[in-house]
Amino acid sequence: MLEKPKLSLYWAASCGGCEIAVTNLNEKILDVDANFDFMFCPCLLDTKYKDIEAMPDKSILITLFNGAIRTKENEEIAHLLRKKSRILIAFGSCSYEGCIPGLANLHTKEDILKTVYFDNPSIDNPSKIIPQPETNMPEGVLHIPDFYEDVKTLAQVTDVDYFIPGCPPEPEQIWNVISAVVEILKTGAALPSKGAVLGAGKSSVCDECERKKEDKKIKAFKRTYEFIPDKEQCLLEQGIICMGIATRDGCGALCPKVNMPCTGCYGPPEGVFDQGAKMVAALGSIIDIGEVKGLSEDEINKRIDAIIDTIPDFAGTFYKYSLPGSILKGRVR
Amino acid sequence: MSANKRITIDPITRLEGHGKIEIFLNDEGDVANTYFQVPELRGFEQFCVGRLAEDMPVITNRICGVCPEAHHMASVKALDMLFAVEPPSAAKKIRELLYMAFYVTDHTTHFYALGGPDFIVGPDAPPSERNILGVIKKVGLDIGKQVIDCRARNHYVIKMLGGRGIHPAAGQPGGWSKPVTEEERKEIEQIAKDNIDFALFSLKAFDDIVLKNSNYLDLVTSDIYLHKTYYMGTVDEKNRVNFYDGMIRVVDPEGKEFVKYHPSEYYQHIAEHVESWTYLKYPYLKKVGWKGFVDGIDSGVYAASPLSRLNVSDSMATPLAQEHFEKMYETFGSKKINGRYQPIHHRLATHWARLIELLYAAEHMLELATDPEITSPEVRKIPEGIKGIGIGSVEAPRGTLTHHYESDERGVLTKVNMIVGTTNNYAPMTMSIKRAAEKLIQKGKIVEEGILNRIEMAFRLYDPCLSCATHSLPGKMPMIVNIRNQDGEVIRTFKRD
Repeated sequence: MLEKPKLSLYWAASCGGCEIAVTNLNEKILDVDANFDFMFCPCLLDTKYKDIEAMPDKSILITLFNGAIRTKENEEIAHLLRKKSRILIAFGSCSYEGCIPGLANLHTKEDILKTVYFDNPSIDNPSKIIPQPETNMPEGVLHIPDFYEDVKTLAQVTDVDYFIPGCPPEPEQIWNVISAVVEILKTGAALPSKGAVLGAGKSSVCDECERKKEDKKIKAFKRTYEFIPDKEQCLLEQGIICMGIATRDGCGALCPKVNMPCTGCYGPPEGVFDQGAKMVAALGSIIDIGEVKGLSEDEINKRIDAIIDTIPDFAGTFYKYSLPGSILKGRVR
Repeated sequence: MSANKRITIDPITRLEGHGKIEIFLNDEGDVANTYFQVPELRGFEQFCVGRLAEDMPVITNRICGVCPEAHHMASVKALDMLFAVEPPSAAKKIRELLYMAFYVTDHTTHFYALGGPDFIVGPDAPPSERNILGVIKKVGLDIGKQVIDCRARNHYVIKMLGGRGIHPAAGQPGGWSKPVTEEERKEIEQIAKDNIDFALFSLKAFDDIVLKNSNYLDLVTSDIYLHKTYYMGTVDEKNRVNFYDGMIRVVDPEGKEFVKYHPSEYYQHIAEHVESWTYLKYPYLKKVGWKGFVDGIDSGVYAASPLSRLNVSDSMATPLAQEHFEKMYETFGSKKINGRYQPIHHRLATHWARLIELLYAAEHMLELATDPEITSPEVRKIPEGIKGIGIGSVEAPRGTLTHHYESDERGVLTKVNMIVGTTNNYAPMTMSIKRAAEKLIQKGKIVEEGILNRIEMAFRLYDPCLSCATHSLPGKMPMIVNIRNQDGEVIRTFKRD
């Protein structure tokens, strides 16, 4: 019997949602198993570190790498998997763009450690202990990996072939990619061009959102807790910052379906480099500050500021999932 | 004391993705000490500062993709308090309905794919069979498909109610973003009935395979997995198990109520100890104190797990679950004192407790699905102000989960603290690993057969977070144990593929 191609799924700094999304292929998981030697990685790659090193280079056909690069260990395994895989895919928002863990780039490593180990109300740490890469214990030296200053995307530390967006990617989209690969293996057809975003659409979430859309003119932004939005009208038109306009389609507009705004987890649409910048540009064109004839520049600016002031968290609103992969990358130093 | 041997298990699986055990032996070849390290930190408590409070149910979802529903619920409950708003009754019920579907799928995953294989296939079965595929082989493909179907139908409910199958989106301060339609309700009612059948089937399987097999029963009741600690869990007004709401009750190792407090008072009762060799903190009972990794009434170590929840409760709130609750305590010879059973300290009983909880979740799901109020259109109340402090808690499958937020007058967060389910059990897991190692490695003699699995079983019974089904679908839990001499040179390796 011919050896099945090897498929691996590894998580770095992530939440496990990508693994659950793969499990939620449900009975199709048996098809995946039939076509691939399916190596789920937290079991495999962590524990067979040396075995993986001993494998010939490029002997894994596909690695679906999820999770951001937060620690030294994350990066080391990213390099190892790159070496051993023919195709390395940044799988899910964390490895693609940094995702929620990437919001840590708004803060210094020092502040993170200080909050977690000194300042929390339940902390009891009179000796001011902070976990260290090396600790001398009576019995020997203990090691834990370095916690990096910043969160990085997978492509910022190694060469990536493809990207699958989503936090996590929807199971149907994962299946689309896997079945396409099976087809390519059978027919010998050409692979997609390098750098392609797979398992998603090429347009924006607004394209698959069924809400009624009219002229967008926003006089003021509203927070989601402040009112019950109409369930049929475009949320952005109702003043809620819905990221659909600056987010790639592919999820099926799930959040707007339950009367909640898109928060942007599928990343920027095709051809857009920076999701937050795209959103700000889009908002710039639809903010309605009323009749400006006869107003001084100062007065106009004041009106604009008054609207902008209703958004108290730019980074968390516009770059919730994409900060490390954005132009900004993180805090301004 | 010079340690002349060092056993490294690096990494263990199913604990936050990355976990590591170091076992040191002394000159006599006995276990001198063990260290259970968690080499991972993401820093949510800092980077959530500056975020909008109402974004937290969506942001904290991403702490864990295995139990995002738990974070979503703890978060919306914290927001109810922060925005000083009481959700309509129907909204609370919808939240709880989603939460029951989540419990069914999560406990199913653990029993069949993670913990169960040790029993269903056996702790000494060939490692290549001790997994979900081995389970399916042993119990048949039909049952394997039932497991897949159970997960699928409950994830369907989660998506229907919460908007997304993973990382729900519908939770808001003061309620829920979407009511339940009558068509949806009917579907959920049927799903809940199927869940009850499945839970009863699973308990029967546990009975047939484990309880009727004296070898397994001996293992469950053996002292390798025995710890007498405090226990924590949420109870309702009748001191019954509750996953969504109630007071937090702590009992001492004898079963006496030590304290019962509102979740918002958590920091008066829980403190966290820091060690330099691990990123994870060790919570303990503040009023007892941190005495290290030891059992007993003088040590502040507590467990918060399915077994803990049952140990702190007087009973279950649904009839079938109550029958099985009684059977479990009777089987362990637990006596009733002041109307409630003494705690079970045999940690492997956690698997049994998990199945009883699975049944309770299924029964309660049916109660909620047939509650006339569940289809009420009144699912949100708009907050009138910002109080600026919010603390919310639920029982995550792996333990009491607490979110604590503070905000400025605009609802922008200024302080965030979270104590998550698995973290509660960090000290008990550390102790369980040490005890298993001590029992299995003596006078330099290492009980080779099954050592890896039996050490794993010591922490697996707690179902550490991120121990999701995917990890074991291919059925492999490979592990390497290197035994080194004092120069650090590997002198022997045990390997399990």
